[in-house]
Amino acid sequence: MISRRRVLVGGLATVLLAACGGAASPTAAPTTAPSKPPEKPTSAPAATPVSSAASPAATGAAAAATKPAAATAAATPAAGATSTGASATSTAATPAAKPAGSPAAATSAGGSAKIGAALSITKDAAVYGATQKNGIQLAQDELNEANAAGVKLDVLIEDDASDKTQGINVFNKFINQDKVLAIIGPTLSNTAQATDPIAQQAQVPVLGVSNTAGGITSIGNYIFRDSLTEAQVIPQTIKAVKTKLNIAKAAIIYGNDDAFTKAGYDEFKKALQANGIQITSEQTFAKGDKDFSAQLTQIKGTNPDAIVVSALAEEGTGILQQGRRLGIDPKVPFVGGNGLNSPAVIKNAGGAAEGTIVGAAWNAASPNPKSQDFIKKYTAKYNSAPDQFAAQAYAGMYILAEGIKRAGAPDRAKLRDALATIKDFDTVLGKFSFTADRDADHPAIIQIVKGDHFEVFA
Amino acid sequence: MLQQLVNGLFLGSVYALFALGYTLIFGVLDILNLAHQAVFMLGAFVALTLVLTLGVNVFVGLLVAMIVCGLLGILLDRVAFAPLRRRPDTHFSALISSIAMAIVFESIALQLYGARVSRFPVGSFPESAIQVGPVSVSAIQVTILVVSVALMVGLTFLINRTKLGLGVRAVAESPRAARLLGVDVEWVIAESFFISSALGGAAGVLFGLAFNSISPDMGHSIELKGLSVIVVGGMGSIPGAVVGGFALGLIEVLSVAITGQSSMRDAIAFACLFLMLIVRPTGLLGVRQARAG
Repeated sequence: MISRRRVLVGGLATVLLAACGGAASPTAAPTTAPSKPPEKPTSAPAATPVSSAASPAATGAAAAATKPAAATAAATPAAGATSTGASATSTAATPAAKPAGSPAAATSAGGSAKIGAALSITKDAAVYGATQKNGIQLAQDELNEANAAGVKLDVLIEDDASDKTQGINVFNKFINQDKVLAIIGPTLSNTAQATDPIAQQAQVPVLGVSNTAGGITSIGNYIFRDSLTEAQVIPQTIKAVKTKLNIAKAAIIYGNDDAFTKAGYDEFKKALQANGIQITSEQTFAKGDKDFSAQLTQIKGTNPDAIVVSALAEEGTGILQQGRRLGIDPKVPFVGGNGLNSPAVIKNAGGAAEGTIVGAAWNAASPNPKSQDFIKKYTAKYNSAPDQFAAQAYAGMYILAEGIKRAGAPDRAKLRDALATIKDFDTVLGKFSFTADRDADHPAIIQIVKGDHFEVFA
Repeated sequence: MLQQLVNGLFLGSVYALFALGYTLIFGVLDILNLAHQAVFMLGAFVALTLVLTLGVNVFVGLLVAMIVCGLLGILLDRVAFAPLRRRPDTHFSALISSIAMAIVFESIALQLYGARVSRFPVGSFPESAIQVGPVSVSAIQVTILVVSVALMVGLTFLINRTKLGLGVRAVAESPRAARLLGVDVEWVIAESFFISSALGGAAGVLFGLAFNSISPDMGHSIELKGLSVIVVGGMGSIPGAVVGGFALGLIEVLSVAITGQSSMRDAIAFACLFLMLIVRPTGLLGVRQARAG
């Protein structure tokens, strides 16, 4: 006779095992399965126009691309499909991966260049990934139409499910299987910290378009980003808040399990101290938390003049809503980092978002004519207004195209060097340059939520 | 501090409602129905779909979700549990079977709604905060507390005062004896599943309203907490599930309030579970029962 206790303990054990297994698999299974099929069609038709002489090899490449196991088999047809002249690029054919230093081109001269886009289409960071995808595809169409890069840009979009492990899988696929020229992304700094070293080692240029934590470009000289770091924006945000609202004390609530939100916390703390603002309370939460009432009640009890929130969109929305619900005075603004910088937050938080202050790299009210033009085209194509993430992804594509043009050949090392030379390049973000450390360099904008949109605060 | 207690009570009411379904099936059938959290999640989605497509009031959505989940529960029993009832290893095989059904339900939700987080449209519920003395509560919180308590009271009444409840208690004690005494055991089991899943669905809708966040994996976080609740409260005991639910909610909120660290929230909840298993394995209100076949 099985006792109740034994059933319960057995049940607990099974559930915990399932939870551990489940924690790994749902990110792998549902996300790769739906994301893979749509990508195959984009690579197949792109392969065929490359070289008519190599068309049987091209279809072979397309077919082989669907069999991930046949990695080495894919290498040979890929080499056949891509290089007509420069057969030195049969380094693609050598199975023993020696892409380092060799002009491992994914294309042939005058043909097309493959760019891998690693975006968070599902899970935590999905709100950012969705608009990034739109921005990238809009840019791809425009750049190809104008032939701005000199070659046709073939963008492969894969979902990293806001997860490090899945991000690594995607990068490996891009580098080893698709043999991309460069990678754009990943969406989260947390993922980038795990994936960018892989690209650095394989010497594949990476352009982050939304990574704002510290320590990303320091991974290596192949890593670039066009997104202003929290270290660049947050001090400006706090200064503006202090100047305009004259706050004396503030509380901080941040996620201590994510590189981006933790980096945001470090920067906010530094900036608050530098401006002589007293920190009344520091509370933490974890990604996926739904209930913030305990932390917010503690914060409310210390009577701050402003509440600093370093969170991603999902948790940020919850914090804003529950904070107002608990009766935190609407005169006490929430001050957020890049995670709150999304119209999705305004939409989902409703009235609770009113008066929230967020520093940003881009705002729709910017008078930059390129930016205004981008807004018009984006809204026409996607029936919704673009956000900063779309703008940075769009600018990222243009920057990459400029780099490819300057490099002259779709060569990874040449592209890297060309990107490093970009100074005062006109983008939707304004005049853009890379710093000596390959970080973004352009002026930031401080915004405040009024009604259903962001307005310029300072 | 008073506000923190209120926060804890509010969270606890959702946990308690969820655990009621768990404990009902555990009491009646000695099975841990691990598909309960999937029904919880589907309940939230059903209500959301109704509100989005037909524009109905959330309460109507809640009612319909409860009925749909109840029927889903009966389906669950027919498909996953009934065929295994005659087997000698019925407890474990039913457990595994329920895990499988949970995965099936979750995959269906993923197909229909995608992996992103869905929300009730803004304005489905008044967002206002009400000051009651030193404590601030919102309309949603009060509603959820009231609905949960009402359902709990209703269930207790059902179990203790009605013929159906008598049947449930009889089957819980001994299915064979109950059958010999003329109780239609299969019918009682079906009704138990209906009630249990309806409560689970209700908990899902309320949870989705409270935290404005509905996604196919929302059941995972509450699944293990529900287990903790019924262990702490006493397996198979309905008042135990209620007490355990509120206790866990309070412990969770107070632990975050005192340490300021959210990372301890789950750890402390499960530490209580282990403590209870060691100190008083039957739980706070559980009764040591020798199950007689």
